Amino acid sequence: MSNNITNTPEELIQKEYTAGFVTDIETETLPPGLSEDVVREISRKKVEPVWLTEWRLDAFRRWQKMDEPTWAHVKYPPIDYQAISYFAAPKGEKPKSLDEVDPELLRTYEKLGIPLHEQKMLAGVEEDPSQPRVAVDAVFDSVSITTTFKETLKEHGVVFSSFSEAVHSHPDLVKKYLGSVVPKQDNFYAALNSAVFSDGSFVYVPKGVRCPMELSTYFRINAENTGQFERTLIIADEGSYVSYLEGCTAPMRDENQLHAAVVELIALDDAQIKYSTVQNWYPGDENGVGGIYNFVTKRGACRGARSHISWTQVETGSAITWKYPSVILRGDDSIGEFYSVALTNNRQQADTGTKMTHIGRNTKSTIISKGISAGHSSNAYRGLVRMNPGARNARNFTQCDSLLIGSECAAHTFPYIESRRKDAIVEHEATTTRVSDDQLFMCRQRGIEPEKAVSMIVNGFCRDVFRELPMEFAVEASKLLEVSLEGAVG
Amino acid sequence: MSLLEVSDLHVKVADREILNGVNLEVNPGEIHAIMGPNGSGKSTLTNTIAGQEGYTIETGDLRLNGTSLVDLEPEERSYAGLFLAFQYPVEIPGVTNMEFLKTAVDSHRKQRGETALSSVEFIKNMRTLVSRLEFNPEFLKRGVNESFSGGEKKRNEILQMLCLDPKVALLDETDSGLDIDALQVVAQGINEFRKPHNAVVLVTHYQRLLNHVVPDFVHVLLNGTIVKSGDASLALDLERMGYAWLEQDANP
Repeated sequence: MSNNITNTPEELIQKEYTAGFVTDIETETLPPGLSEDVVREISRKKVEPVWLTEWRLDAFRRWQKMDEPTWAHVKYPPIDYQAISYFAAPKGEKPKSLDEVDPELLRTYEKLGIPLHEQKMLAGVEEDPSQPRVAVDAVFDSVSITTTFKETLKEHGVVFSSFSEAVHSHPDLVKKYLGSVVPKQDNFYAALNSAVFSDGSFVYVPKGVRCPMELSTYFRINAENTGQFERTLIIADEGSYVSYLEGCTAPMRDENQLHAAVVELIALDDAQIKYSTVQNWYPGDENGVGGIYNFVTKRGACRGARSHISWTQVETGSAITWKYPSVILRGDDSIGEFYSVALTNNRQQADTGTKMTHIGRNTKSTIISKGISAGHSSNAYRGLVRMNPGARNARNFTQCDSLLIGSECAAHTFPYIESRRKDAIVEHEATTTRVSDDQLFMCRQRGIEPEKAVSMIVNGFCRDVFRELPMEFAVEASKLLEVSLEGAVG
Repeated sequence: MSLLEVSDLHVKVADREILNGVNLEVNPGEIHAIMGPNGSGKSTLTNTIAGQEGYTIETGDLRLNGTSLVDLEPEERSYAGLFLAFQYPVEIPGVTNMEFLKTAVDSHRKQRGETALSSVEFIKNMRTLVSRLEFNPEFLKRGVNESFSGGEKKRNEILQMLCLDPKVALLDETDSGLDIDALQVVAQGINEFRKPHNAVVLVTHYQRLLNHVVPDFVHVLLNGTIVKSGDASLALDLERMGYAWLEQDANP
């Protein structure tokens, strides 16, 4: 006889990935392989202007001379870039309205809980202020399916469309800003993306406009054997404000799929961009088979004085995450923020963090990173805070906390600080804690079931970051953690 | 029927026998004090009753209201009406006391087939309870035991006890490290809790708590067994004479 405690960490970390279904739809896919011809073909399919085709080709040529980065704390077999298909789209003409969208696709988004109907607008009912409206751009494999609330946004002068559309509707803005924050040769994956990027979202908020609703893009990988390479460009003109959210999921497949996106944000004088991500790509199974390689370059430029960019990310998916949403603080008195929750379970690996480059005077940055590791996973925070010679009175505050669940996982912190100024204030705090048996026992003694207890403890740990998310997404994120941790106990 | 019945309990921790044949019977309305020197097995007894991992019951039985606890998970023992106030309450950063208490209370309600209380209702109940205990209401908004003083942590245990209203409350050295004021608050909480239908088992080193909470029975635990039981006056004897005289009795 013994006091039977049956819930070992291993037994309880059994993750259910609810977004793992496949949509049965006819797809037009380019054969695997990458060459100048493939780049030209992608550009041709999108009927792009010559300058953009050339831009892509230049990126491709540079990419060919580059090497895959190896400095991240992640391990994976070599990727055969010739075995990947670089374009996949549902067959047929791009639908002009929601009525023309394949019902199978609509069902997919319904299943994922993404609202593609503008019901409230159509019904003409009074808006319920507790149900904030969200405009959605739905990207399925390589193309955007539909963008909602475009008309409403247009009334405010806000442009929210797929990237492909923006190339035609706002060529000057695209030409001016594309690659201006993440140059095409910035890094291996950014160069690859610049060559083959398919679709993504484009946002322009004009001077003095406060965007009247949350904007969001929902990325879905469906096709087999393809990569997803989306490109997002957000420009907030002087004195404007926009809050943007991206979400992503993919089917459960045995092979790894590559996702190499580039996101560029530009904030002019007094503008503010709040960019939130809830990343839930398929993480692979408990033995580390399958899952998305999420190799993403995200960077914001605080170009204007008093501009403000904040990145908030909740990363629970992907087999490997390589991602450092950064801010270049060029404008005087500009503010950069990075709030991150990265959760790894089973065999997942994450190497994520941020780069804050202080150039302007009185620039301020805040980094709050919460890493949670469970199972056999590995979770690293990597951050760079750079104070350039001109960054008078710059300051940074960094806090990196790691929470371990079980004894087989790992957490690492790689903080780099490069300060060229004596008056710069750089503060760094780091902690590593474990969900302890004592915490768990205390909860259970009070009648809280172990799974509930762990999710409560993890949620408490993430509180500082969840506070930064738009309300409805905070609830979503907290639920997602619960699912991702289904029962982790240490 | 007794409320809590410990019979011939033998417990091993890391292959070492810590308890060797403990017997204890606690009836409704009673307060029992368990005293004994360090290492005599007091915390082993309470942790075993609550179902803490690593305490292996070799033989013997534990019954609450006639139901054996031995095969129950810690949370099931909690639902059965068992409460343990910890000697060292741990912190849960970022989880507010209110959230923690509501989660615990809701779990208990669910087990009883009752619906969860609305937040408004729950907060109202808690405010009443907190003001009765003369706690600062801010207490509820803070993270569970997060940067609490020793005294605040112990008060928090008492708050949880009153909130969950168990049948049997085990208090593991709840009086240790308390100043006089905190000790009185804790004692007041225990006296408030005690009802004709429930029972309290106090594990303590000192007589001083027993000045405020008068036990019906005092037991001395020595080397893993109860060597002597008596009424409240036994605690006073122990205060005066220590444990040595019992040790001689126990090892003839």
